[in-house]
Amino acid sequence: MCYNNPRRLKTQERGTTVKIVIVGDGKVGQALTGRLAEEGHDVVVIDNSPNALRNSVEVYDVMGISGNGASYAVQKEAGVQEADLLIAATSGDELNLLCCMVAKKLGAKHTIARVRNPDYEEQLAEMKEELGLSMTVNPEQAAAREIARMLRFPSALKLDSFARGQVELVEIKVKAGSPLLGQALFALSELLGIRILICAVRRGEEVYIPSGNFVLQEGDKISITASPSELDSLFRKLGIYRQKIHRVMVVGGGRIAYYLAKQLLKLGMSVKIIDKDPQRCEQLSDALPKAQIVLGDGSDRELLEEEGIEDMDALVALTGMDEENIIISMYAGTLGLAKVVTKINRMSFQEILDGAGIESVITPKGITVNQIVRYVRAMENSQGSNVETLHRIVGGRVEALEFNAAKNCAGDLFGVPLKDLRTRQNLLIACIIRGRKVIYPGGNDTIEAGDNVIVVTTNHQLQDLSDILDR
Amino acid sequence: MNYAMIAYILGTILKTEAVLLCLPAGVALAYGEGDFLPLALTALGAGIGGLALTFRKPGNTVIYAREGFVVTSLSWIVMSLVGAVPFYAAGQIPSYLDAVFETVSGFTTTGASILTDVEAMTHGLLFWRSFTHWVGGMGVLVFLLAIVPLAGGRNVHIMRAESPGPVVGKLVPRVRDTALILYGIYIAMTVILILFLLMGGMPLYDSAVHAFGTAGTGGFGIWGDSIAHYDSAYIDVVLGVGMVLFGVNFNIYYLLLMGKFTSIWKSEELRWYLGIITGSTLLIAWNTLPQWGSWLRSLRFAFFQVGSVITTTGFATADFNLWPELSRMLLMVLMLVGACAGSTGGGMKVSRLIIMMKSAKREISRMLHPRSVYTLKFEGKPLENQTIYNTFSYFFILVGFIIGSTLLISLDNMDFDSTFSAVMACINNIGPGLGVVGPMGSYATLSGLSKLVLILDMLLGRLEIFPMMMLFAPNIWVTKRTQRI
Repeated sequence: MCYNNPRRLKTQERGTTVKIVIVGDGKVGQALTGRLAEEGHDVVVIDNSPNALRNSVEVYDVMGISGNGASYAVQKEAGVQEADLLIAATSGDELNLLCCMVAKKLGAKHTIARVRNPDYEEQLAEMKEELGLSMTVNPEQAAAREIARMLRFPSALKLDSFARGQVELVEIKVKAGSPLLGQALFALSELLGIRILICAVRRGEEVYIPSGNFVLQEGDKISITASPSELDSLFRKLGIYRQKIHRVMVVGGGRIAYYLAKQLLKLGMSVKIIDKDPQRCEQLSDALPKAQIVLGDGSDRELLEEEGIEDMDALVALTGMDEENIIISMYAGTLGLAKVVTKINRMSFQEILDGAGIESVITPKGITVNQIVRYVRAMENSQGSNVETLHRIVGGRVEALEFNAAKNCAGDLFGVPLKDLRTRQNLLIACIIRGRKVIYPGGNDTIEAGDNVIVVTTNHQLQDLSDILDR
Repeated sequence: MNYAMIAYILGTILKTEAVLLCLPAGVALAYGEGDFLPLALTALGAGIGGLALTFRKPGNTVIYAREGFVVTSLSWIVMSLVGAVPFYAAGQIPSYLDAVFETVSGFTTTGASILTDVEAMTHGLLFWRSFTHWVGGMGVLVFLLAIVPLAGGRNVHIMRAESPGPVVGKLVPRVRDTALILYGIYIAMTVILILFLLMGGMPLYDSAVHAFGTAGTGGFGIWGDSIAHYDSAYIDVVLGVGMVLFGVNFNIYYLLLMGKFTSIWKSEELRWYLGIITGSTLLIAWNTLPQWGSWLRSLRFAFFQVGSVITTTGFATADFNLWPELSRMLLMVLMLVGACAGSTGGGMKVSRLIIMMKSAKREISRMLHPRSVYTLKFEGKPLENQTIYNTFSYFFILVGFIIGSTLLISLDNMDFDSTFSAVMACINNIGPGLGVVGPMGSYATLSGLSKLVLILDMLLGRLEIFPMMMLFAPNIWVTKRTQRI
């Protein structure tokens, strides 16, 4: 919220301000409040604790109401009757579901509940239908899914996918001796013989959306879009395609660890979870018979060595303490593991982490917030889900969005060669996906109805494909 | 400290004032009495200054609580200094200090005047004098928040610094929308008041000027004998009711518009406010009965004066300085009480009085039952201890300033009534006091030092003390300095 936000005016002019009530001002609630208020929506936050609320109300332009978010009276005071969306993000699943039920009764149009107890996983679909929920979010599961993906492509710092996996977006670091060094971007495809696109570069504190003449330097973190097979060959060409990951050590046995282990086991990896709570260890070994559960303090160097950290391919630090995770990851980094993933809840000190050599960072609340923001943006569009996928890359400073070019929303774009379109500054049309074909557009390519278009921009305001034009 | 952003906001304030000055300039042009040029040139100057300051938007627009406080008090000072220029330039107030006194009195909706002969002033300047009431009543920065998006989310600090009352909340999630609603209500009520006055046979110019004075609960009039000039029961009642209505928390009107009538009745502050008005009116009417002869006349004058004083407007239909001692003292107490929080009125605010009384009651009951647990509730909601402490420290500091200012003013060697009531009338933004500074008197005879003290008092009162005090806190102006060895 440090910059003046022209979006605020824009949404008002369009009349698409969404009225949102958020119940629960915890980690996720607060992050959501910030993002949604910044996007120009009317946000009301409900929480039991006036202290938590005070902070939100002072920092963001929102209204706070203290009270039990599941009670009719409080919800009425917050104006749920007229709200477009209620998001229940308290710490209790049952409370969240109750909040959504009450909101639905009062007349809220959409409801989103955070449900994260694995016990409810099976019945989620029925509950959604029964309670009229628009969406359920599970930050831990989403985080686990993301980590699993990172472990499958260990050389990428971060990996996202578009168009159901047809296009991948990876962030890698340009290391000394890389063939990419000193080359202008337009020459790269020819040099390597693969069609890829570098859509964002972070150099120190600066973020660039590069043009064709941009030359890479050592230490740049570049975001690349490419199809999975081209990505494979790119990694091979760059000589950074390391061995597949087989053995994973997970420190901290919380919910993310459970979901992650389940997925990794399914992928055929071997998983070792370390946790210091005997009860939790027993639960885990009951739920995950194939995983190896170790009772002990994961921040104890001797224990890590005894458990063979040096023979592991990857380490995932998932304890409840950011500091512990950072220390463990730094230690694992010195051992030369193929991949180290660090869970961090508070993202305020990201620059410092870069310096400390911690590269793959995961923030569960950030993932959840992205999921919900994506939903809200889709809601704003009367045509329905115009933004199909939204990823925030380069530490949240660049957005990569996938739009579906529906016929009725962006008509004036169709059939016009891209070189004739006056697009906004700092914006790049990265890919056009037509049917099964992925196009890396040049100046003569056009956008046609039905295409999926991936746009990369530093401008966090796009809601609709036609917003790419500079008007 | 984000100095660049403070300068930027001050520039925006200057631009706003330039636009506001165009209205009286238009009036001056219509009357053609030679006060057009001073007004128009001041507008031009303010406009150029504002444009220069806002030429470049600062890169970092984040303002925290301290910038919010500082920018609020500086804005008021700058506005007053600029607003005083036309009076001085037109030569109608020969001393610049007096002109500043008059303008501060206008913007802070005090209504204390150094003019001995109001009727000698030209129409354009008189219009500007009353218009400052209207502008200052709801607050200029709130107005700014409504029309220009200043910073990201943190502009609630500005709203809090400028709006009166112990707890400042928002009506709707966004500051900007809240400010828009408040100004919408304010403008609508002012227009209705003008229409009512027109129906009573008051000329358009007089109606507008008096409506501004009433809406901002200021009290500048255009006649030496204030509202008594019209000697009309209709006008007395319209203005009396008008003043009382503008002294009500504006949230109530929002609830009214939303159709939430039950919550209006539940408002403790409103009930207390109306109760105090009714009680004091009856008491004063009884006390002054011999003077007026009939209950009806007595009630008419008593109601007007109570309404005028409790809302801190300061209009007069009678010289209450000549009333019996009980009535005079009652009015003095009402000066301190003031109107409701979130209204355009000044004073300590009824809600603070209620909070302090309730907490005093709790302390007494605690002495009797040391183990008892007792939650204080106000407006149906539990009161946070922080709010109670704030209220008490506010009251303490207010009393401190009243005593200090009274001592300084007493250098003028006036009688106790005049000295004390001058401070009370200024710090509570009422205007006329008792004795020399009574409704038919003026502040003209006070010394320069006293005027300066009272100017500060008026600003302190309008901004509820803390923002002004921040200006003098040494560590607020600290910037990082690298030391060379």
